[in-house]
Amino acid sequence: MKTKTLTKRLGVLAGGVALGAVLAGSAMAEPAIIYDLGGKFDKSFNESAYNGATGWAEETGMSFQDIELQADAQREQALRQFARRGSNPVVVAGFSWASALEKVAAEFPDTNFAIVDMVVDAPNVRSVVFNEHEGSFLVGALAAMKSETGKIGFVGGMDIPLIHKFYCGYAQGAQTINPDIEVFENYTGTTPAAWNDPITAGELAKAAFARGADVIYAAAGGSGLGVLQAAADEGKFSIGVDANQNYIQPGSVLTSMLKQVDVAVANAFTDGTTGEWTSGLNVMGLANGGVGWALDEYNADLITDEMKATVEELTAKIISGEIVVHNYLDDNTCPPAM
Amino acid sequence: MELFDSLILLLDSTVRLTVPLLLACLAGLYSERAGIFDIGLEGKMLAGAFGAAVVAALTGSAWLGLFAGIGVSVAMALVHGVASITFRGNQIISGVAINFLAAGLTTLLGQTWFRQGGRTPQLNGDARFNGFDFPFADQLAEVPVVGSIYSELLSGHNVLVYAAFFAVPITYFVLFRTRFGLRLRASGENPKAVDTAGVNVNMMRFKAVLITGILCGIAGAYLSTGMSSGFVKDMTAGRGFIALAALIFAKWMPVPALYACLLFGFLSALGNFMQGAELPIIGEVPVQLVQALPYILTVVLLAGFIGKAVGPKAGGIPYVKER
Repeated sequence: MKTKTLTKRLGVLAGGVALGAVLAGSAMAEPAIIYDLGGKFDKSFNESAYNGATGWAEETGMSFQDIELQADAQREQALRQFARRGSNPVVVAGFSWASALEKVAAEFPDTNFAIVDMVVDAPNVRSVVFNEHEGSFLVGALAAMKSETGKIGFVGGMDIPLIHKFYCGYAQGAQTINPDIEVFENYTGTTPAAWNDPITAGELAKAAFARGADVIYAAAGGSGLGVLQAAADEGKFSIGVDANQNYIQPGSVLTSMLKQVDVAVANAFTDGTTGEWTSGLNVMGLANGGVGWALDEYNADLITDEMKATVEELTAKIISGEIVVHNYLDDNTCPPAM
Repeated sequence: MELFDSLILLLDSTVRLTVPLLLACLAGLYSERAGIFDIGLEGKMLAGAFGAAVVAALTGSAWLGLFAGIGVSVAMALVHGVASITFRGNQIISGVAINFLAAGLTTLLGQTWFRQGGRTPQLNGDARFNGFDFPFADQLAEVPVVGSIYSELLSGHNVLVYAAFFAVPITYFVLFRTRFGLRLRASGENPKAVDTAGVNVNMMRFKAVLITGILCGIAGAYLSTGMSSGFVKDMTAGRGFIALAALIFAKWMPVPALYACLLFGFLSALGNFMQGAELPIIGEVPVQLVQALPYILTVVLLAGFIGKAVGPKAGGIPYVKER
């Protein structure tokens, strides 16, 4: 019966129907995760969240609920449905969730929520943010060491402060290795379509290669694949983002800036189900393994021992506080070369 | 000399970005000249890109991918044809439906088949249309001016690029120098006259829609297997609509269509090159402005300079034989 009424109510949208069907089968008190519009298997941010959830399920033998959104309008509705049906904690992946969560978290004070990549100030919300600038700093240093021309590039997705944060750390890391390095900063677009436009991102990369860059960092979601492809076509190097993307173009992807969204999701699930939940700000940085850089069999030949040692030294210095990586979001500016 | 090299690279990028616009624009030209409005260019291109990427990924052959892309796009075009010619439905609504159908189906099928968030697997080697060099391109590269134009600008593109530019004179010839073209244009201007002459108007229109499907399919295949290496959801990113703007801009003529597409291609290439670049006096140009330039220009040019763009007279009106 419940399925029927639920389905009827949501029946206008095809996505709504799917939502009703999924939610109707949910059990009580299971943790839930809701992905952002990029979709569960985006090889990047959302997939990482999914991997964290499945990893947690395998480890504990428990199950979880998840759903993919079809449209922006479903955010509040999906959150509310999960909360109403007793899912706890409810994790949402992506900064776009902030306003919906703010509203729904107030409606369900007994449910714990976690949001990844954004800060929502509510007593029952855990806000997980990553020090992407620290991870970007490390790949920036690697790029500067790899570059022979003294010029490197950056292709961001949507032109927003969060992505400037990536750029800022990257540029600072590169300048630490080579103070004279030139960094080309590009953004694919100013609308959410910029996350799914590999053509434009590829052209931006080609333009930067033409200006002399030989390593380009792609912090652009799905568009980043265009950058990786352009680098492989031109025999230059690229740097992946969020998940380990080294395997996509072996021998051309220098490394990937890792953002351990999976760890954040698994932690939230564990804490929520074992009664150790803490709300508030949760910063995942280099120190607690929240960000890092990828080294595997696909890029082992590209990273020399010397490069590796330097990066490890820098990592230690950042953790100890000897090097402070500027966070763009603190003051919305990126300091010029130091 | 450095300025000249930058210019060549800018034009090279222009050529690459113009191709999908040009193919889609010519596609729209055939359809609209025959009296069938087509705002489903975007959807057909997207579906074509998806079909091409899927088959190229499965077979490892870009050519099979191309044929699949054309096939998918033609199927979409026929849906539009049946809806708007046979059943005399509203052509705009049918076109919008095609766009939605393509956006939804490609993501859904891609996700179901490959489980990669609506993407297709990465294509490598023969599964993509790789560029090829003209003879002596390397040797001539050293020659000043002419050499770099020849080796950078003209040589090194993939076969679809040359096909797209070659399609312009062919389109001109077909539409304005053949009996088929005359009848096609007449179907869009004065279908009754065509009917009086004993030619089946609806059949003419179906043929035009079919050609539209083929050209959109090639445009899509170029996007997913030529320019990039795989399908990503919504990868056409509005190019079908820009092509439509170019078509109106060019007043439904093939050669002006080439110029309009080159202009739009140039503007987006310029947008990519201008990002972060410092200009004298003005300083750094805001990205938003550069990216909005093609759209602003369309409005300004359409409103102020080229005058009223009047489409084919019978455009959008289903033909009903008098009884």
